[in-house]
Amino acid sequence: MSGAHDNPVAGSNYHYIARKRRVVEDKRFVTGNGNFVQDQDLPGTLHVAVLPSPHPRARIVLINAEAALALAGVAAVITGDEIAEHTLPLYHGLPLPECRWFPLAHEMTRYAGEWVAAVVAEDIYIAEDALDLIEVEYEATPAIVDPEEAMKPDAPLVHPGHGSNIIYDGDFEWGPVAEDFEAADHTLSFRARWGRSSTVPIETFGVLAKWDKGTETLNVWASIQMPNYPEQIAAALRMPLNGVKVNQDIDVGGSYGVKRGIKHTVLVGYISRKLGGAPVSLIEDRLVNLASGDAHGPDRIFYTDVAFDQGGVIKSLKIRAIDDCGAYPGRGPFQLGKPIAAIVGPYRINSVHYRPCSVATNKTGQVPVRGMGQGPTNYMIETAVDEVARHLKLDRFEVRRRNLIRSDEFPYLNPTGTKYDSGDYETVLGKVTELANYDDLVKRRDELRVEGKLAGIGIATCLEPSGGNNLFEFLFNPKAEISTYMEGCQVRIDSVGNIVGTMGTTTSGQGHETLVSTILGEELQRDPDDIRVIHADSLAGLPTRSPIASRMAVMLGGAAAGAAQKIKDQLFQIAAHNLNRPIDGLEYSEGTIFDRSDPARKLSWDELCNIAHRQFHKLPEGMEPGLQALHVMQVPLGGQMPDEKNRVQLYPCFSFQAHIPFVEIDPGTGKVTVLDYFIAHDCGTVINPDIVRGMIIGGVAQGIGAALYEKFDYGPDGQFLSGTFVDYVMPSVFEIPYVKDVEHCTPSPLTSHGQKGSGEGGYLGAPAAIASAVNDALEPRGLSIHELPMRMNDIEELLNGEKPE
Amino acid sequence: MTKRDITLTLNGKTVSGQADPRMTLVDFLRVVLKATGTHVGCEHGVCGACTIVLNGEAIRSCLMLAVQVESQEVITVEGLCEEDGSPGILQDAFRDGHGMQCGYCTPGMLTSVHALLQSNDDPSDEDILEAIGGNICRCTGYAQIIDSIKIGAERLREDKS
Repeated sequence: MSGAHDNPVAGSNYHYIARKRRVVEDKRFVTGNGNFVQDQDLPGTLHVAVLPSPHPRARIVLINAEAALALAGVAAVITGDEIAEHTLPLYHGLPLPECRWFPLAHEMTRYAGEWVAAVVAEDIYIAEDALDLIEVEYEATPAIVDPEEAMKPDAPLVHPGHGSNIIYDGDFEWGPVAEDFEAADHTLSFRARWGRSSTVPIETFGVLAKWDKGTETLNVWASIQMPNYPEQIAAALRMPLNGVKVNQDIDVGGSYGVKRGIKHTVLVGYISRKLGGAPVSLIEDRLVNLASGDAHGPDRIFYTDVAFDQGGVIKSLKIRAIDDCGAYPGRGPFQLGKPIAAIVGPYRINSVHYRPCSVATNKTGQVPVRGMGQGPTNYMIETAVDEVARHLKLDRFEVRRRNLIRSDEFPYLNPTGTKYDSGDYETVLGKVTELANYDDLVKRRDELRVEGKLAGIGIATCLEPSGGNNLFEFLFNPKAEISTYMEGCQVRIDSVGNIVGTMGTTTSGQGHETLVSTILGEELQRDPDDIRVIHADSLAGLPTRSPIASRMAVMLGGAAAGAAQKIKDQLFQIAAHNLNRPIDGLEYSEGTIFDRSDPARKLSWDELCNIAHRQFHKLPEGMEPGLQALHVMQVPLGGQMPDEKNRVQLYPCFSFQAHIPFVEIDPGTGKVTVLDYFIAHDCGTVINPDIVRGMIIGGVAQGIGAALYEKFDYGPDGQFLSGTFVDYVMPSVFEIPYVKDVEHCTPSPLTSHGQKGSGEGGYLGAPAAIASAVNDALEPRGLSIHELPMRMNDIEELLNGEKPE
Repeated sequence: MTKRDITLTLNGKTVSGQADPRMTLVDFLRVVLKATGTHVGCEHGVCGACTIVLNGEAIRSCLMLAVQVESQEVITVEGLCEEDGSPGILQDAFRDGHGMQCGYCTPGMLTSVHALLQSNDDPSDEDILEAIGGNICRCTGYAQIIDSIKIGAERLREDKS
């Protein structure tokens, strides 16, 4: 067993960072004292149930809610007409004025399960009873389900006013693509399909809203993880932004990007105001979550051309990416934009032609999923590398070694204008082959093959862009002139020397309280266990862009370090003034500042805090009393807009992982068993080893799910077929082997302690690695598969088709 | 619908509440008895988030009705704490192994493992997989949960001896 332990960081001597320490948040979770949205208990709360459309595409002719309203305990029934009259359409990332999106279907339904009406009642049981009493007359019309069919000119339109189902169609060329293809020894083409799946947290989305008449404030408690949430609530409800108070101290029961219930929130916010201030809650049940929660992930088709030389060195890529964003695009199309940051992966690919296209169909909406499209993109890139190896009959590991950027090439400028900050890819690849005992693994595989079994070894070497930035939005939409993705942290030291760190956003399992307290403890040399970290509500507000984009270690960590530095600066000034010594003659140790030439001359932490809070006469002239500092961090290397060739630094930091899974396929049933899984991982300095290890392995498990099991299925008629966990299959402990991991540390030169993001990496490489392993297992049969998920029946069909007559 | 009076032993204490006959046990625990440690995940018996221990056995509280637990003995995650509410041995083991991230599936995991360790204080790897095979965790990929269970089992054995 390889439990987490201290993570030695080259050239450093940290007290708390990189040390195995308990995670602050865990204590309340193990005792049942988490503060989840469903645990909020406001007297008189009303509950909302939503009526799903049975038709994927239909005109709503009539809604009769009389009987429902007459049921005892029902407070209101809301329809799309009412919502459309009193709220503004929800926000899409792209300018799509004719794709009007409301919390409830207005005039027509656009996917099976779309909410047609909402019942508000004393309890959820009554609300659900009332749903059965609502009569709706529909005029059903044919639905469009397949994204490539949806692109055709005669396809039924999801948004007739928009005139087409194409939501976005881009064309980017970086570097001399035509020349590189012309000069290449070989080219090959393939189609790869990433199926519609998501991260599906065990807690569904939930929200509670209460309009406070006295202060004219809409209070919101939600299991949310999204940037600009208060802004979008205020805009849709036509309220001032400073009248929306989002309470960020709600524990979010998993998200991985998808907890973005903006339509749910606008609906309950509207209802609470309409009803004069009653608390109103909407907690998705699992069917609503799966069918109509707007929480599906990328659903993508790649057509890729690869140009490469005789040695397997890849020169150029041409990528057509078609993504099915469902009925309401929201921020979904940007999942084609973020991967531009690493569109050439960790490889020295000279040029790339990228044509991303987002298409609407009659399905529930798409939201950003862990890595924001980087997972599908990495799957496509790794497929390209494996295909090159297969074409040239070269070893897949060797082809990677020939293409990986070398450690002496950093910072490395890729053709899209993004600089990779640091890395040592070949060493990490070496570490995972060592961990996997690769030669032995090959022996095991070959022995299984001799026994007539199908067995395969996978390999994927992938990047995790981290630190976040929003410039892909500008690449897709020139009106979005946004060049910062800031994060704030405030530190206050009270009069008795206790430390409070304040962050401005929710947490959904990433351990941000641990992150902030560890960094503050390190910087201020105080025990992190004595540091309290709180989540400011959105009005008490710190600038934040929420915990997306693998950015919190870099950005919140950096903000905490910056705030701590400001506190220390103030303490030095107080000490210099009182000890009558220049600052550069003083030294800081565990909160005490002393005179280096006469260590007996000193001021303790308690004394310094007391002076700051109570003894104005001892403060240097001009200094504010009290001891607090806010630091707002700008994204490293951010602030530049793209040049005329669309070249720009998209993300600042790049973590790297190398995955080796070992799989066996039952030749009779097509069942894939993941026998072993090895990963080597480099996210620079690890702040908390347990947290990083957990996110890596957890991401691998989700990636195994996306590769082998998980899919939101729709019938050809547009009916949703994955409404339970029995249909949308998620891996249990039986499907996930005990993942063995090893860390490597190439510090980032851009961050406070050399850290990079680590929340997405496992997920960003595992699907590609599993696909590589499955294809290795299929190779002796001359078969391959480039479509995820590779479910048992898919592989069984593939194998049976190969059976001799 | 006429509400029924229900009395049961919850975490060693006799408690009572009223519920409609159709109310699920998990809603009764959370909404009526305010024992919110137990979580609702899927409401169709697949994810295991709502697992509680009923008369010594791990069961899904979303698949039972409140009226079925009249006079029965129920243990929830709150019942694994020490008298003063501080974490019990198994709970502290999960902290030391960081056997969670978001904490949502954690109460169900802990109660499943508690039921296992009550009947088998030295479980094999297979026993552990079997015990938590019905508890889905989306955060951890299970490795640190398995680590935590092993730490907890060992400490509980030491505690007994």
